[in-house]
Amino acid sequence: MSLHEEEALGKAYDARLMRRLLTYLWPYRRAVSIALAAIVGHSVLQLAQPYLTMLAIDSYIATGDLAGLNQIAMVFLVVLVGAFVLEYVRTYTLQMTGQRIMFDLRMQVYGHLQKIDVRFYDRNPVGRLMTRVTTDVDVLNEMFASGVVAIFGDVFMLIGIMAVLLSMDWRLALVAFSVLPLIAIVTQWFRRNVRETYRTVRVWIARINAYLQEHLTGMATVQLFRREARSFDEFDEINRTHRDANVASIFYYAVFYPLIELVGALAASLIIWFGGGWVLDGSLTLGVLVAFLLYAQRFFRPISDMSEKFNILQAAMASSERIFKLLDTPVEIESPAQPVARPDQSAGRLEFDGAWFAYNDDDYVLRDLSFVVEPGERVGIVGATGAGKTTIINLLMRFYDVSRGRILVDGVDVREMDLDQLRRLSSLVLQDVHLFAGSIASNVRLGDEAISDADVRTAIANVHADRFVDRLPDGIASPVAERGATLSVGQKQLLSFARALAFDPRILVLDEATSSVDTETELLIQDALRVLMAGRTTIAIAHRLSTIQDMDKILVLHKGTLREAGTHQELLARRGIYYKLYQLQYQDQEVAAAG
Amino acid sequence: MGPPVRRLLPYMSRHRRRLSLGLGCVVMMSSVSLMSPWVLKYAIDDLTVGVTRAKLGLYASLLLGIAVVGGGFRFLMRRLIVGVSREIEYDVRNDFYAHLERLSVRYYQSERTGDIMSRATNDLNAVRMMTGPAIMYSVNTVLTFCVAILLMLSIDVRLTAIALLPLPFVSLLVKVFGSAIHRRFEAIQAQLSHMSAVVQEALAGVRVVRAYRQEAPELARFRDANREYLERNRGLIQLQGLFFPSLALFLGFGGLLVLWLGSREVVLGRISVGEFVAFNAYLVMLSWPMIAFGWVTNMLQRGMASWKRMLQVFDAVPDITDAPATPAEIEARGQGKMRGGIELRGLTFAYGDGEPVLRDLSLRVEAGQTLALVGGTGSGKSTLLGLIPRLFDPPPATVFVDGVDVRDIPLDRLRGAIGYVPQEPFLFSTTLRDNVAFGLAEGTASGALADTVEAAAGVACLDGDIAEFSRGYDTLVGERGITLSGGQKQRAALVRALTVDPRILILDDALSAVDTYTEERILAGLREVRRQRTSIIVAHRMSTVRDADIIAVLDQGRLVERGSHDELIALDGVYAELCRKQLLEDELAAS
Repeated sequence: MSLHEEEALGKAYDARLMRRLLTYLWPYRRAVSIALAAIVGHSVLQLAQPYLTMLAIDSYIATGDLAGLNQIAMVFLVVLVGAFVLEYVRTYTLQMTGQRIMFDLRMQVYGHLQKIDVRFYDRNPVGRLMTRVTTDVDVLNEMFASGVVAIFGDVFMLIGIMAVLLSMDWRLALVAFSVLPLIAIVTQWFRRNVRETYRTVRVWIARINAYLQEHLTGMATVQLFRREARSFDEFDEINRTHRDANVASIFYYAVFYPLIELVGALAASLIIWFGGGWVLDGSLTLGVLVAFLLYAQRFFRPISDMSEKFNILQAAMASSERIFKLLDTPVEIESPAQPVARPDQSAGRLEFDGAWFAYNDDDYVLRDLSFVVEPGERVGIVGATGAGKTTIINLLMRFYDVSRGRILVDGVDVREMDLDQLRRLSSLVLQDVHLFAGSIASNVRLGDEAISDADVRTAIANVHADRFVDRLPDGIASPVAERGATLSVGQKQLLSFARALAFDPRILVLDEATSSVDTETELLIQDALRVLMAGRTTIAIAHRLSTIQDMDKILVLHKGTLREAGTHQELLARRGIYYKLYQLQYQDQEVAAAG
Repeated sequence: MGPPVRRLLPYMSRHRRRLSLGLGCVVMMSSVSLMSPWVLKYAIDDLTVGVTRAKLGLYASLLLGIAVVGGGFRFLMRRLIVGVSREIEYDVRNDFYAHLERLSVRYYQSERTGDIMSRATNDLNAVRMMTGPAIMYSVNTVLTFCVAILLMLSIDVRLTAIALLPLPFVSLLVKVFGSAIHRRFEAIQAQLSHMSAVVQEALAGVRVVRAYRQEAPELARFRDANREYLERNRGLIQLQGLFFPSLALFLGFGGLLVLWLGSREVVLGRISVGEFVAFNAYLVMLSWPMIAFGWVTNMLQRGMASWKRMLQVFDAVPDITDAPATPAEIEARGQGKMRGGIELRGLTFAYGDGEPVLRDLSLRVEAGQTLALVGGTGSGKSTLLGLIPRLFDPPPATVFVDGVDVRDIPLDRLRGAIGYVPQEPFLFSTTLRDNVAFGLAEGTASGALADTVEAAAGVACLDGDIAEFSRGYDTLVGERGITLSGGQKQRAALVRALTVDPRILILDDALSAVDTYTEERILAGLREVRRQRTSIIVAHRMSTVRDADIIAVLDQGRLVERGSHDELIALDGVYAELCRKQLLEDELAAS
C-alpha cells in the first residue's frame, strides 16, 4: 500500500466512537439542553397543527360554530410565533455548538500534530494530515450541528405522533404502524450498502488531495520532464475512480427515497381503506381521519430525515475513526513527568554514549557511537553520505530517540530533560531551509516576540544578509512568499543563519549549512560563523573539508561508527580516512591553482 | 471568457441528453405527486355523503399507484441528474488540473498550494451541488409551485388569493437574506483557505518548528485563524437561523388564513370538506417548494461563489506556451535531432517589475561544449539556467538554442532535449524507480528501462546506495524524498536527468549535498557523459569548473569575465581571485 492511500478502516465500533464523540458535547451541555428543550417545544407545536385542523372539522365546522373557529385561529397564531422563536433558538444554539466543538477539535488535532513524533511525518504526507484538520473535522461538525441532537428531536417527534395517534383512535393507529417493519427493512438495506460506498469515496477524495498537493508543489519538475500528459492521465484515473464510486452510491439514494415515499403512500391507502370503512359505520369521525392523514405525512418525514441523519452519522464515524486514530498515535518523544532540574546557565557539554539508532527495524544507521564535545568546543563531523551524520542531529534535537545507549547534555540524559529546555539550548540550521509566508523579520524571529526588530537587524547584519535585505523595498518588513519562493537558495541560507543567531543558543547545530553557497559568500559566512560560534558549543556537518579545518576537533564517521577523531593536523598525520578525503580535495585545488 | 454562468454551460451541454431526460423525470414526478391531494378530496367528499367500500378501495389503490409511478420517476431523476453532476465534477476537475499543468513556475510562486487545493475540492463540490441537486430541486420547486396554485385556484379563487398573501414577503425575505448569506459564505470560504495554508506551511516545516520551539506560537497562529473562522461562521448561522424560521412563519400565516377563512367557507357551504382538506394538503405541498426555494438559492449562491473562485484559477493565463504557429512551421522547427548549441544575445531579465537580475548578457556555447557559471549568491546563475528550458520566459530574441529563439521552439521539443538538475530537487512520494525513470517515455520496455536507469545510477554513484536498500529500486522515498539523505536526493535527481539522454545537461549546484569523495567519482563519470552533450554547470568547486570549455563569471547579473580556465587565470581578474582565495584558504588551513 503506497503512502498515498487512505487506508479504508475496518469495522466501526459505533458505540465506542459515539461515546467518545459525545465527550466533546459535554462542555456545551447547557447549550445542548437549551437546544433540546427548543426541539421538544417545536415538535409539540408542530403536532398541534393537525390537531387544530381536526378540532375545526369535528367540533366547529360540523356545528357551524364561527366563534369557535376564531378561537382556533388565535391558538394557531400563537403556535406559529412560538415555532418561529423556538426554531431560531434551536438553529443558533445547535449550529454554534457544532462550530465550537469543531474549534476545540481542530485545536486538539493540530496541537497533537505539534507534539507528535517527527517520525510520524516520515510516513504521513502533509496532504493527508490536512484532510484531518479541515475536511474530517467539518464532517463531524455536520454531525453535531444537524445529526446527534436532531435525532433526539426526531425520536421525540415520532413518539409524540404515536402517542397522539393512539389516543385519537387505537385501531387506526395500529393500522398506520403496520408499515413500520417495512421501513426498518428498507432502512437497513440502505445503511449497509451506503456505508461501504461512502468509505470508498472517502479513500479516493483523500487520494485526489494527496496527488494535487504533491504535483502542485512539484509542478516545475513535471513540466521540465514533460510529464504533463502522463501526470494528467494519472490524475484522470484517480478522478475517474472517485466519480465512479460516487455514481455507485447514487443508486442507493435513488432507490431509498422513493421507497420510503411508497411506504408512506401505503400507510395513507390503509388509513383510507380501514378508516373510511369505520367512518362509514360511524365508529370514527371524519376529523380524526383527516388528522390521521395529516399526521401520517409528518410521521414519515422524521423517519426519512433520520436516514438522512444516518448518512451524516456514517460520515462522522468514518471521519472520527481517522481523527481518533491520529489523536491516539502515542507521542513517544515528550518531556518526562519529572524532568531533571537544571541550572539556568547550561555549560553546553554534549556526549554520545554508546548510541545505536535505526530508522527502520534493524537497519542501524549508528552503531555504538561514543564521543564528547566539551563546552565551547567546536566539532566538525565528516564522512560519506549515509554515514549517519544527519542522524546525529536528529538525535541531538530529540526528533528521534536512540535505540540503545544514551545522549547526554551537561551530563544529563536528553530523555530526562525538559524537551523545551533541551531545544532552547540549541539553534539548528538545516540544509533545506524552510521559510514561512510572512516577512523577512518574522522569518528570523519566528514566533519569539522577545526578539526585537533591532535584534533582527543585528542578526541579519552579522551573517551579511543585509547585503540583499537592504536592497528589498521594505527592508526586514519585506514580504516572503510561501517557502521563500522568491529568494535564492543562498539568500534563504543566509536568513536561516540570521534566525539561528537571533535565538542566541548555547549549542549551534549546523547541518551542511555552508554547502550551497559560493566561495565568496562562504568566506563571508565563515566570518559570520566565527562570531556565531564564539563561546558556543558547535556541531557542524560539512562536506567541504575547508569549512571545518579550524574546528577544535573533527570526527570521521564511517558506516555509522566513529572511525577517527582529532584535529585537522592530527587526522592528517594519521593518514587514515580523513587523510584520503583531504587528499582528494587538496589535489583538486592544487591543480586548480597551478592551472 | 464571458460571464461565469456561460462558462459553465459547455460542461452541462456535454450531458444535455441525460440532463433533459432527468428534467423530464422531474416534471413527471412533480405532476404525478400533485394528483394525490385530488384523490383525497374525492375520498373525503364521498365519505361525508356515504360511499361504497369498493369506491374506498379504488381511492386507496389510486394513492398507491400514484406513489409507485412517482417513485419510479424520482428514482430515474436522481440517477440521471445527480449522476450528471458527478460527471461535470469529474470534467471540471480534470480541466482544472490540466490548466494547472500549463501554468508556469511564476504562478506557483505567487499562489499558495493549500489555496489552490481548496478550490479543486471544497469549491468544486459547491459547484457540483449547483449543477446537479440545485437544478433538480429548483425545477421541482417551480413546477410544484405553479401547478399547486392552479389546482388551488380551481377549488376557490378567493381562498387561494388569501393563502398566497404572504408570498411577496417570502420573496423579499429570500432576496434580502440570500445576498447577505452569499457574502458571509464567501468570507468563510476565504478564511478556510487561509487556515489550510497556515496548517500546510507549519506541517511541511515541522523540523524547523520543533527545533525553534515554535509549537506554541504556531498553535497561537492557528488558533487565531480558527477563531476567525468560528466568528465568520457565527455571522452566517445568525442569518440562516433567522432565515428559515421566517420562511416557515410567513408560510404558516398562509395556513392560518386558510384554516380560519376556509373553515368559514365550509360552514357557509361555499366549498366541501374534501376541497378544504385538499386545499390544506396543497398548501402543505407548497411549503416544501418555499423552503426548498431558500435552500436552492443558497446552493446556487454558494455554487456561483465557488465557481468564480475556480474561474480565478482558470483565468490565470499560462504565460509560457508554444508560440502560435501553423502546423507546418512547427513541423519545420521540429525537424532533426537537436544539437544543443546555446547562444545568449543581449539578454536582460527581471522577475516581474523588479530590478533586472541579468543585464545585457551575450554568450555562445557550441554544441558539445561545457559552460561553467561562476559568481556570488544572487549573481543570477540560477535565473540564467531557468531561462533555457523556459521555466521563466526570456525576452524575445535573447536566448537561442541551435540558432532558434527558445520561445519559438515547441516546449515539448525544447524541454525534451534538456536534463535539468536543480539545487533543491523535488522527488515524488513513490518508488525510487518511478522517480529516476520519471522522464522516460511511457511504455519503455522494462529491460531497456532497467539498463538506462542502471547506467545513469552508475554515473551518479547511486548504485551503491540502492544496493544497500533492502527493497532496492522499489524503496519508497516518502513525501519529497524524505527518507533519503540530501546527497541521495541530489544524486537521484541527477539519475533522473541522465536517463532522458539529454542534448543539454544543466547542473545547478547539483552536488552541493554530496560528500567530497563521491562528488569526485561522479565528476569523473560525468566527464564521459559531458563529451557527448552540451553542459551548463554551476558549481563552487574549482575542480568542477576547471576543465569547462568556457567559464563565465557573473557579478550582479553582468558577465564580467569569460574564457577558459587558463585564459581567466592569465587575465588575473575576479576568477583568478576566487581561485586564489580558495587555494589560500586551504594552504592556510593545511599549514
